[in-house]
Amino acid sequence: MKYIDEYRDKEVISKLADMISRSVRKNYTFMEVCGGHTNAIHRFGIASLIPECIRLVSGPGCPVCVTGKSFIDKAIACSKLENSIIATFGDLIRVPGSASSMEKERSLGADIRIVFSALEALEIARLNPEKKIIFLGIGFETTAPGTAVTVKQAEIAGMQNFFILNAHKVMPPAMEAIIKDGVNIDGFICPGHVAAITGSAIFNFIPERYRLGCTVTGFEPVDLMQSILMLIRQNNDNAPKVEIQYNRAVTEMGNALAQKNLSEVFEPCNAYWRGFGIIPVSGLKLRMKYEKFDAENIISSVVTDDEDDPSCICGEILRGVKSPSACPLFGTLCVPENPTGACMVSNEGTCNTWFRYMING
Amino acid sequence: MCLSIPARIMSINDNMAEVSAGGSIFKAGLHLIEDAKPGDYILLHAGFAIQKISEAEATETLKIIEEMNNAMKDTP
Ligand code: SF4
Repeated sequence: MKYIDEYRDKEVISKLADMISRSVRKNYTFMEVCGGHTNAIHRFGIASLIPECIRLVSGPGCPVCVTGKSFIDKAIACSKLENSIIATFGDLIRVPGSASSMEKERSLGADIRIVFSALEALEIARLNPEKKIIFLGIGFETTAPGTAVTVKQAEIAGMQNFFILNAHKVMPPAMEAIIKDGVNIDGFICPGHVAAITGSAIFNFIPERYRLGCTVTGFEPVDLMQSILMLIRQNNDNAPKVEIQYNRAVTEMGNALAQKNLSEVFEPCNAYWRGFGIIPVSGLKLRMKYEKFDAENIISSVVTDDEDDPSCICGEILRGVKSPSACPLFGTLCVPENPTGACMVSNEGTCNTWFRYMING
Repeated sequence: MCLSIPARIMSINDNMAEVSAGGSIFKAGLHLIEDAKPGDYILLHAGFAIQKISEAEATETLKIIEEMNNAMKDTP
């Protein structure tokens, strides 16, 4: 497949591995922010290709993992409304809420359907005019523009039975929260698909304000290896900056049309992140013009606690402070089929990734 | 849910395309990109094409790696 095979080429990878080992001068810790990167790093065995003095830690970039319990509780409240259908991305249905999960509710008869896109949820609404369709909107800057397009289409079509339970988030404030938290890192492997939308410039504050290097990175082994090399060089030269490794999809200013859709429909708000609590201006809420699509208006207020199971250390894992192996439940009580915490649910979750690739570290 | 994959546009009908990736066919909304044509490669994410993939840049990146490698070989 084009744009995949060349970036998995063994010869190129081994050249990069060689350049990396010739460039290292000290210990380095780099954080991959995006869950897609965490997955790719394990899948392609990147850690085995680089010297031990380079440590890769995972960050908060799995949207399922950072979704709080109260969101799941609200989704379940939506599923209990009369004549309602929940349309959700697949990963979310196994995330535990306070007392139940959507998977459990579905087995008890709730109409919960898995969709691949917000447009599919809108289609279900068109086909079922007598029902209320609630789409669970989670995801970062990559996903939110698609939700925005869908909301605009719902507006144009005058849909009365389509709603969004919205928890879209934006990435940079969480990265800043990690830096302020004092997590010891030497640079970020920045999320390539977030940047495909936003442009690489949204990360400029990181080298400017905090003197940490950033490379906006693709998802194939060559991409990851090249980015690691770029970060090492930035460190060695003491010249932190934002570099784009993933040039084939990312520019400095990003996708203007997607940004326009996003800002037409959403505005910034404070948001809750599992493991962090409330992070200022890290969320997206529907603008007033589109408030009628907000599912929060059709459920009576659900007050729950976002506190996690005290033995689950998801929070520390999402902040890059601990690894899954430090969790007493990892692989014993908490497994992908029966997750205790959200990091074990999604394929991009750090605990889930570790479990699937059986890493003991 | 957060994966985006490279896919090739097969056909376009209004603002929707059929795209192929890894031997499967998917639907992709084209609302977020401009001037898409059949044959273009795009990144598919949650049912939308979120960006076109630049062939020139894809080749350039690989060329740069090769050049860096040659430069490093020349320095002892
Ligand atoms: S292994 Fe399970 S319980 Fe432990 S931190 Fe990960 S998700 Fe939480």
